[in-house]
Amino acid sequence: MDYSEKVMDHFANPRNVGALENANGVGEVGNAKCGDIMKIYLDIRDGVIVDVKFKTFGCGAAVATSSMATEMIKGKRVEEALELTNKAVVDALDGLPPAKVHCSVLAEEAVKAAVADYYIRRGETPPEAAMPKGCGGHCATCDGH
Amino acid sequence: MSTRYIYADNAATTRPDEEAVLAMLPYLREGFGNPSSLYSLGRQAHEGLEEARAQVATCLGAQPNEIYFTASGSEADNWALWGVARQKAKKGHHIVSSKIEHHAILHTLQRLEKEGWEVTYLDVDGEGFIDPAAFEAALRPDTVLATIMFANNEVGTLQPIKQLASIAHDHGILFHTDAVQAVGHVPINVAELGVDLLSLSGHKFHAPKGIGALYVRRSVLLPSFINGGGQERGKRAGTENVAGAVAMAAALKKACAEMDTEMPRIAALRDSLCQQILTNIPRTRLNGPADSSRRLPGNLNVSVDCVEGESIVLLMDMKGVAVSTGSACSTGSLDPSHVLLALGLKAETAHGSVRISLDKENTEEDADYIFRALESTTQRLRAMSPLWEEPRS
Repeated sequence: MDYSEKVMDHFANPRNVGALENANGVGEVGNAKCGDIMKIYLDIRDGVIVDVKFKTFGCGAAVATSSMATEMIKGKRVEEALELTNKAVVDALDGLPPAKVHCSVLAEEAVKAAVADYYIRRGETPPEAAMPKGCGGHCATCDGH
Repeated sequence: MSTRYIYADNAATTRPDEEAVLAMLPYLREGFGNPSSLYSLGRQAHEGLEEARAQVATCLGAQPNEIYFTASGSEADNWALWGVARQKAKKGHHIVSSKIEHHAILHTLQRLEKEGWEVTYLDVDGEGFIDPAAFEAALRPDTVLATIMFANNEVGTLQPIKQLASIAHDHGILFHTDAVQAVGHVPINVAELGVDLLSLSGHKFHAPKGIGALYVRRSVLLPSFINGGGQERGKRAGTENVAGAVAMAAALKKACAEMDTEMPRIAALRDSLCQQILTNIPRTRLNGPADSSRRLPGNLNVSVDCVEGESIVLLMDMKGVAVSTGSACSTGSLDPSHVLLALGLKAETAHGSVRISLDKENTEEDADYIFRALESTTQRLRAMSPLWEEPRS
């Protein structure tokens, strides 16, 4: 297993770990059977993500991608957060081993699920971009990419 | 934490003994001759090789001409299975094995299946044991070989090999055992066990990597595996790894001499570490045999709820402890260890497994440090796990 220094840094010192009691958007993807669960909490005010926390059950790459994804959306507008791609997370971490790319997909999906939850709680229909496009956490159908 | 480094992954490989390294050095330097050469330099190398063969044979209760050096335990496994299949194809095309074998066995069997062989993969119980009655029931008139591992590499289960070999012989079936994890760690005498073929690997008992052996009972005819020169009595061509063989013999001699004292010491160390973990870290469970006497002395495998194995391994490494896991993330696939699943573990429990394999170099201080590292690692990972809820006090 060949993790970049950035992956190891985000694994050893993950940013934004925890839960938000006053979260108004929460998303959880993955399942324990597959070995990865990511849960992201958002505190969104006036359309801006003022705070974000995560809890992750998973491997080093799962923790690192969660940490990086939360860093990348913190302080951003909701619309910007929805533009986050798994590739951007991988690039920001200086790459991931091929078998671990699915972790970055989960991170993207977790962010989108949390944003979708924010819209649903407000009684609004989530934008198309918030709907899961990739695996949606369905590991059984995942080929790892 | 400190810069201490504790190696507790001895089922993966072991540190070469100083005696083994010193024994091989002369054959890498002045004694570099080819054992097949007629002049003195070659004869010396030949002598070293044959002394090594005799030493390995002595440790296993075999005859020297029943020991064939290979490059690895995997090669020995491949050769044993392919060789018997080739030799016995006229009698039948059925092999009996188990679901918890090493991939060197499983993948070789899968290849034979593609070539028309039938294989019965026996189930194991919750501790990894094969039921001898189920083993006997699986034997058929067209069964030519049974291959059952001596000791499991993940959970340490010691199979009743003597009993299984005897059942196989009652039915006129050859018996092979992959003893890669067992040789040098528990007493093994091939004559007493009654096995026909046995695989071993030097680096699992403090010899260097790149040398293994296959024991083949004299009465068993095995076709040559690598074609070329007449090395290994024409069965396995290629200029011999003399230094490796000499080192393996030295390491095995030492392991066998120390076994009476080291085996109980390591088992006691493992048992106390196991107790410490199960008692003090909530929601942990032991995987594999609870009966210490039916388990490899150094093997400990526990599952830690709500955390994932690769993360445990990485954090433990940062604390200076080398261990391994049966999590999917360590295999590069989505499936956790086939062994843990065969024991009936749920996938999520298998994902949180940690294998600690102790050896003669580990001390009580090591075990205590390993416990504390696992405890703090678990606390840290649980604090960030969406599955974990702090017990209310």
